[in-house]
Amino acid sequence: MSLVENSDARADRPSSWLNDARVRGVIYQVLVFVSVVAFIAWIVRNTVENLNRLNIASGFGFLNGRAGFDLGQSLVPYSSDSTYWDALYVGLLNTILVAGIGIVTATILGFLVGVGRLSRNWLVARLCTVYVEFFRNIPPLLVIFFWYFGVLSILPQPRESIELPFGGYLNNRGFKLAKPIFEDGFNLVLVALVVGIVATILLARWAKARQMATGQQFPVAWSALGLIIGLPVAAFLATGSPLSFEYPQKGTFNLTGGVQIGPEFMSLYLALSFYTAAFIAEIVRGGILGISKGQTEAAYSLGIRPGPTMRLVIIPQALRIIIPPLTSQYLNLTKNSSLAIAIGYADLVAVGGTILNQTGQAIEIVAIWMLIYLALSLATSAFMNWFNSKMALVER
Amino acid sequence: MADNTASGRAFVRGEMLPQQTAPTSTKGVGHWLKTNLFATPFDTVLTLLAVLFLAWYLPPMLRWLFIDAVWTGEGRAACATVAQGGVMPDGWSGACWAFVNAKFEQFIYGRYPIEERWRVNLTAILMIVLLVPLLIPTVGRKGLNAVLLFAVFPIVAYFLLVGGTFGLSFVETPLWGGLLVTLVLSFFGIAVSLPLGILLALGRRSSMPVIKMICIIFIEMVRGVPLVTVLFMASVMLPLFLPEGVTFDKLLRALIGVALFASAYMAEVIRGGLQAMPKGQYEGADALGLNYGQKMQLIILPQTLKLVIPGIVNTFIGLFKDTSLVYIIGMFDLLGVVRQNFSDAAWATPVTASTGLIFAGFVFWIFCFGMSRYSIFMERRLDRSHR
Repeated sequence: MSLVENSDARADRPSSWLNDARVRGVIYQVLVFVSVVAFIAWIVRNTVENLNRLNIASGFGFLNGRAGFDLGQSLVPYSSDSTYWDALYVGLLNTILVAGIGIVTATILGFLVGVGRLSRNWLVARLCTVYVEFFRNIPPLLVIFFWYFGVLSILPQPRESIELPFGGYLNNRGFKLAKPIFEDGFNLVLVALVVGIVATILLARWAKARQMATGQQFPVAWSALGLIIGLPVAAFLATGSPLSFEYPQKGTFNLTGGVQIGPEFMSLYLALSFYTAAFIAEIVRGGILGISKGQTEAAYSLGIRPGPTMRLVIIPQALRIIIPPLTSQYLNLTKNSSLAIAIGYADLVAVGGTILNQTGQAIEIVAIWMLIYLALSLATSAFMNWFNSKMALVER
Repeated sequence: MADNTASGRAFVRGEMLPQQTAPTSTKGVGHWLKTNLFATPFDTVLTLLAVLFLAWYLPPMLRWLFIDAVWTGEGRAACATVAQGGVMPDGWSGACWAFVNAKFEQFIYGRYPIEERWRVNLTAILMIVLLVPLLIPTVGRKGLNAVLLFAVFPIVAYFLLVGGTFGLSFVETPLWGGLLVTLVLSFFGIAVSLPLGILLALGRRSSMPVIKMICIIFIEMVRGVPLVTVLFMASVMLPLFLPEGVTFDKLLRALIGVALFASAYMAEVIRGGLQAMPKGQYEGADALGLNYGQKMQLIILPQTLKLVIPGIVNTFIGLFKDTSLVYIIGMFDLLGVVRQNFSDAAWATPVTASTGLIFAGFVFWIFCFGMSRYSIFMERRLDRSHR
């Protein structure tokens, strides 16, 4: 603008304030803001009117009412006499359960397939490619349906259950597994496990510091194995094996005892893991391909063997490429777990949908959903961002 | 060079040796097997495991799919064993293609009236006629073609499919179903999410704080929640938001939900491309005296969109797969129709569900795989033109 003021030809004719980019920016923003606020106000007014007309009370008070429906699977005590709050809590725990286990499985499977696609072994690489191209291109809901209707529901009746090793059974109501019964003194085994893990972390720190200072290496992996597995086993034997199993018994019509894992959970878990693993495999492959070949060659020329090259040179660098898209895959898996509603696994959305149908409190339920999923997303990305910043390149 | 050989020095060879074949250890099937399958003991173990896996699973699968399959028949008896009340021997299991055969029309059109189905066919033909030239890079007049496909075609398709005017009978959307709904949802989603995504991405990179804030809130809200909740919101909350008496068609509500959801993801893909654009491009446009609209339209967006084609196509593929979720709010796209039909008592057998799902999976797979191959083809083509 100063240019305009300085130029002689236009000095007598002041530039219109409409040509000032800042002024125009303010005008645009005011216009957009006012119209958005007006739009929201219009929606709110309509909603209030509609709610009054339909006699729906707003507010979250209804959640203290009696739920009156049963849920297929619950990690905490729940009956149809519990409140809606309890039902939602059960749903949230079920969502976290299937997402958590699914993430672990998908990561392991995805890494294996991703590395397999880069294998020099032609057959293995082809098989992994087929896996990826197959699962990437069909909807996750179809995979869930396939496991649920195509595989698990045509298994035999409970009377003719298929016997599995370790006293388990498989039938069209899911898996029936031996239920561990913890006796007195098992706490000591858990304490030993925690002690083992803490000792391993301390040992790893000490070993790294010593290697930095003196160059001497310490067999951390073997000691970690000894500490994490050896200590609890020793504690287990010392306290006199305080663990027994309740095996499922075959009755005339049904199996009694043991732990039941329903077909809904199994279908959802298997489908989400298999589906997401295909995407993770591609991310892992991209990450490893993204590291230039010079890194491998430089490591070899320093005399580092292929194993340590992968572990110490390639993987740490590849992780920097892998982690951000991996985070969004984890979020996708968590969000896709809401497909549970299609087969009746009692997750957050399925429970919320039932409550919505019973009470008609659409706004409150949708708000709760959004809040919880946003919180889950933010928590996952916060953790992965922390992990990412730990892994990120430290420039000196 | 010629001088040296002519000079008659004894140590310089006068003529070329005849070319020799490569040693047998570095060519042929044996060498290929050795380097690709049996290079190391670990490789050998992997190969053997993979071969065992294939030998164990592939033949039974092919038998189930093709050899033992039932291709023709009326009703469930054709695909059920004697014990289940059918005609097949006990212990039989195979795909029931007769089911897909009998329900094929439903899988494609849903419950669209049979005598009106030519309208769906005509719409499909129109779309193919407009889409194919747009996809082939060498065919000219891309601008006109795009306008026809994305501006004129939707209007024509609306009148053709919905009807109610020009002597066409009215077909209400609850009758629509199958592949028709899948394609309508994804076409609409694609046509809306791309422009809306561009606007949101530009808004998010805008220097105006209010606009930036609104775009960020929208994008992050939508990306943070599952599509199922967005669809629920569109189906149960949208009617509450509107004044009394104004109602939306159920399909339209699903369309809005899917389109808004996809545009948030599209916005992030395009923002990635905008960020990758070197600053010099923006400054160059400013130095030429272009205003914001010209700068974006002529300089930035053409380069950005070219850069993020893989991301855009991936979003399209995701959108196409996500349309299957409308089943949850009670609409019947391809997957929904298949799901609905295998509970049909006239066809319910243990193998009906798998067969129907395999068919639906195959159709989805063809579409998605086609899109991803096309994106790879385009990527390579554009990549070459840069050099």
